[in-house]
Amino acid sequence: MIHLPVLKAADRKFQANPDNAPTEDIREELFQLEKEGELEVIRVPEPYMEVKTKFGRIKKIPVEKTWHHKSCGQCGHIPGYSTSIFWLNRAFGLDYYDPTDQTSCTAWNYYASATSNPEAQAAVAVRNFAAAHEVGYFPLIHCGTSFGHYKEVRHALVHQPELRRKVRKVMEKLGKKLVLPEEVVHYSEWVLAMKDRIAERQVVDMSNITATVHPACHYHKLIEEDAIYDSEIYGAQRTAIITGTLQALGVNVGDYSTWFDCCGFGFRHILVSRDFSRSFSVQRKIEVMMEEVNPDIVVTHDTGCVTTLDQSQFAGKAHDKKVGLPVISDSQLAAMAMGAHPYKVLQMHWHNTDNTKFMQKLGMDTDKLWAEFELETDKIKRGEKEFLTWEDAEK
Amino acid sequence: MGLDLSINKYADVSYDEKERLFEEAKSDDRWHHVLYGCYECGICVAACPSARFYDFSPRVIAQAVAREDVDLVYTLMNDSVWDCSQCFSCDRCPRQNSPGQIITVLREVAVRNGLQTAKDALEGYGRIIYKIMSTGSQVSPDMLQPDAFPDWGGHVKEISDNLDVWRKALPPETLHTTETGWVVDDKTIIELYLIWHMTGVMDLIEGIDEGLFMILVDVMEERLEEAGYDDITFD
Repeated sequence: MIHLPVLKAADRKFQANPDNAPTEDIREELFQLEKEGELEVIRVPEPYMEVKTKFGRIKKIPVEKTWHHKSCGQCGHIPGYSTSIFWLNRAFGLDYYDPTDQTSCTAWNYYASATSNPEAQAAVAVRNFAAAHEVGYFPLIHCGTSFGHYKEVRHALVHQPELRRKVRKVMEKLGKKLVLPEEVVHYSEWVLAMKDRIAERQVVDMSNITATVHPACHYHKLIEEDAIYDSEIYGAQRTAIITGTLQALGVNVGDYSTWFDCCGFGFRHILVSRDFSRSFSVQRKIEVMMEEVNPDIVVTHDTGCVTTLDQSQFAGKAHDKKVGLPVISDSQLAAMAMGAHPYKVLQMHWHNTDNTKFMQKLGMDTDKLWAEFELETDKIKRGEKEFLTWEDAEK
Repeated sequence: MGLDLSINKYADVSYDEKERLFEEAKSDDRWHHVLYGCYECGICVAACPSARFYDFSPRVIAQAVAREDVDLVYTLMNDSVWDCSQCFSCDRCPRQNSPGQIITVLREVAVRNGLQTAKDALEGYGRIIYKIMSTGSQVSPDMLQPDAFPDWGGHVKEISDNLDVWRKALPPETLHTTETGWVVDDKTIIELYLIWHMTGVMDLIEGIDEGLFMILVDVMEERLEEAGYDDITFD
């Protein structure tokens, strides 16, 4: 009998080599089309940071001059998510642009209902890209679905001349050019690329914290070759996103068996068939994390994942499931590490599952911090101030 | 009750009609980039969240379209595709299929042709379509109402009760909104309406929900007219 050695997952390492990549480098196609006058490419502004993607290709991540393509779900229901991204930019004194000339990508609806088509989806994407380009900034995409969808759109526009023709016609009507970015960049890639600078400014010790990570499906499953990988993280067998950031902040990252599973969002399900979302989220993600790791926190990097993993736990509790695990984004955790106020900036009160014990473990006096927030909201209620400002948030 | 894949399920629909719909799906530009055959290995099923919850199989869908089983494809287009989570976990297919993308195309065909099962699947979803098409945002802060999300607990009521103040207590100036996720320029919305108009999306809406279509037309035509586009109608 022949005995073959059995390699454990920890012993395996994916050796990335861009020369052997099984997929094309879309950027070469983009620049070729630009030469042919088919479209215009929005360059990543300098200075930029370099990271490696799945097959070892270099991806440029802009440091600043970023046009923040906001997420409807983040801004609408978990606004501390977006606020933390802006706070990080401000903390580093970076030039960024928070546009009002922006629609959502509309992909949530597309994946939920199919009441759109590729031409409309591509036109919405290009309209937003053109809006960024017109003011001289580079799009930074906040939502994981927008990120994956825009990469799909870019891929389709590069390979389908007829789609380009149709979208160009729409853009002409709008007085805009057919433009596509050199890189489609997700905010969590920016956070990961900035991790050492964030760690240098860290004021909250997180070494007593254990986290589990949920990588968003539309980040690493759509156009998978464009996601960030690192040979030092999971042996490059899975994306390094979030985990790399957490490790730089001294957080212990616990592994669990259902890491590849989706969160249960389902697009249409989270809105009109939540029995699926609740069951999957609790039984395949939260309970597994608690049984295998028992972490203090779940950290993820997408609108739907934070929403589903967090909100589903209320019903899980009613069914005596093992729940009670707070869920936040990597941007919130990074801002927290740098001392951002948990209520004025991170807006933790919009999250459902109790997160006060987590913050208390980090040494925060949550009652005092909440009182500070209420002091500001009382002023708004009394009409003494209209809004909470960035300056107020720093007090 | 499990998924009924018997040939008699839709015997009242002619084979020609089923074939027409299948041909429409196959004519999609994406079709030949998302379907290459099927090893029947089941990796897509193992990765699929919907397969764990519903009587749903991305493998059955990939096989049916690869074998060009017109009757079965029609059944799946009606009774199965709306269970998909669209997470694209099935993209790890070793044959490079994307059952999730195949489903995207089949759903589009179902909507475009106004299949009753598509209407049923989207019942209750109309307010979301209204929100996304009229404002450019899928969800908004004021959608967080206790009666809409009873399974999210008393937390939703707390947000709803404090919504105006809590929105004003957000440092970014663009987020002081309740009806949209952020402040959106009038010009931006007009451009979005022009996109819907020029790409035939409104025709899709008319086919799937005529009442919703009429409401959207009222909203869009009025704003387009105010913006000087009085020549644009959705008729």
